[in-house]
Amino acid sequence: MSSMEQLYQQLILDHAKDPHGKGLAEGHDAESFQVNPTCGDEVRLRVHLAAADAPTVDRVSWEGQGCSISQASVSVMSELVTGASVEEAEQLGETFRALMQSRGEGLDEAAEDRLGDATAFTGVAKYPARIKCALLGWAALRDALVQASAATTKKEEER
Amino acid sequence: MTAITDSAGATPSSGDRTLSTSELAAVRADFPLLARTVRGGRPLVYLDSAATAQKPDVVLDAEQDFYLQRNAAVHRGAHQLAEEATEAYEQARHEVAELVGVDDGELVWTANATAAVNVVAYAMSNASLGRGGATARRFALGAGDEVVVTEAEHHANIVPWQELCARTGATLRWIGVHDDGRLRLDDLTNVVTERTRVLAFSHASNVTGAVTDVAALVARAREVGALTVLDACQSVPHMPVDLHALDVDFAAFSGHKMLGPTGVGALYGRRELLEAMPPVLTGGSMVEVVTMETTTYAPPPQRFEAGSQMVAQAVGMGAAARYLRELGMEAVAAHEAEMTRLLLDAVASVPGVRLLGPADDRDRLALVSFVVDGVHAHDVGQVLDDAGVAVRVGHHCAQPLHRRLGAAASARASAAVYTTAEEVAAFADALARVRPFFGLDREGTR
Ligand SMILES: Cc1ncc(COP(=O)(O)O)c(C=O)c1O
Repeated sequence: MSSMEQLYQQLILDHAKDPHGKGLAEGHDAESFQVNPTCGDEVRLRVHLAAADAPTVDRVSWEGQGCSISQASVSVMSELVTGASVEEAEQLGETFRALMQSRGEGLDEAAEDRLGDATAFTGVAKYPARIKCALLGWAALRDALVQASAATTKKEEER
Repeated sequence: MTAITDSAGATPSSGDRTLSTSELAAVRADFPLLARTVRGGRPLVYLDSAATAQKPDVVLDAEQDFYLQRNAAVHRGAHQLAEEATEAYEQARHEVAELVGVDDGELVWTANATAAVNVVAYAMSNASLGRGGATARRFALGAGDEVVVTEAEHHANIVPWQELCARTGATLRWIGVHDDGRLRLDDLTNVVTERTRVLAFSHASNVTGAVTDVAALVARAREVGALTVLDACQSVPHMPVDLHALDVDFAAFSGHKMLGPTGVGALYGRRELLEAMPPVLTGGSMVEVVTMETTTYAPPPQRFEAGSQMVAQAVGMGAAARYLRELGMEAVAAHEAEMTRLLLDAVASVPGVRLLGPADDRDRLALVSFVVDGVHAHDVGQVLDDAGVAVRVGHHCAQPLHRRLGAAASARASAAVYTTAEEVAAFADALARVRPFFGLDREGTR
């Protein structure tokens, strides 16, 4: 497989064509808007939390435009973090960022197991200019989760 | 060094004479980087010269020679090296001034074209605060005044004017574009009025390739007494440019787009305007007499060259200007006119590809920006890159123009004097593979 074929795995092309979680939903706890100023890719992402013992990502909804890598990455991410605790979702983000720093080498098996379909983006790490594309949605998720937890803390303080 | 005219510094060859195959081969041999391979051994097809051009040996040699033989502070010091460094620096200014048809004293070194536009905008700002006294009043702006740009501008020729308006209370207006990106000259008399104080526009668009009818805009500006600022970034490297003949008041261009180094560019200003204009950056090298209370300023161009300058880069830009003059800008333009036709044909030959910009080759640069149906520009660029073809993707620092043309982003292939027909053919081949790679058919239907 050429580097470019590794970059554009079928899974990525499929998600880009038929993205998961796309379309903004109401009732969210926080929203983040991120752009990649070099190419104009953008994503607006909402997190919807479920009240449980540990706060959990009930769903992620988003709207965006951009290249196949950025769109597929948000799509795969929203599948991956649905049902995860906020803490787990944040950790997945860290693991995905590590994958992007791996220069295409990948991570250890345990880490790749956690990332599931998101390991399809391993080939992106060989193209420094595209790493930002793959991270756009994850940046929005991180920002939205930070906002959501700040809002929760504030509510608790007000109580 | 390729000497296509008979002697160094001779008047450029005239007529439509283009480069012969052997002359083009000789030109390419002057650019060592063009011989390298990329992405696993594929020959490089460099079609991103509108972003930055490759450099011929003579430019690299001039910079190296400066550091190896002449390096010293310019315009100060009584030793021989200082003399030689100053001479090389001023000779470079002469070479660049000569290329664009202006006097040496009218050419100010800047870091790049962006810095050059900002010098004018900040000088006007300073004049608006009363700096520069009565002679600078002609540059002062306030509420009720208008600055006019066009919708086709690079951000470098929009944002500094937005900021100037925000600082002074003036209003920014703009000339729109037609669907093919050419300026709506029918808007000219409506938009450029007695209130217009500055008309800033590009000589050629880095997105659509459209070359502006400078005479029409300058004539209207003169009628209403507005200053003209020409962004000549994309014209100076590709066609004969005579700024005196164009009759603009200011012009900006960058060394790195005209085969020269990064870190250096130039501002042209009509002599009496530069003389009346207050300084922007202040400090060493731009003064006459400094006391603890006040300072008098050096005449232009030094007034606008505060601090130690990018001397080696200026010398390199001078060498680039000389190289272009020796090739002959007419010959450069004639060669690139052929590339324009080939690039337009390449884009037209592939189904599902939409050109942003005029489809005719009249008054048009050798560059094509385009959108591939169903494939984002970034992905287009990636497939081309896999074939060794280097193009620019994104909005090319022209977001308003992309918005107007209904594209979030585009891919752009741009030629220069060293571009060959074979390279454009390689681009066309790679472009034809883009939609199939993403599972879309070749016909552009889906
Ligand atoms: C038309 C035009 N104007 C201005 C600029 C800015 O040039 P620089 O970045 O060298 O200042 C560019 C370069 O991208 C350009 O193409």
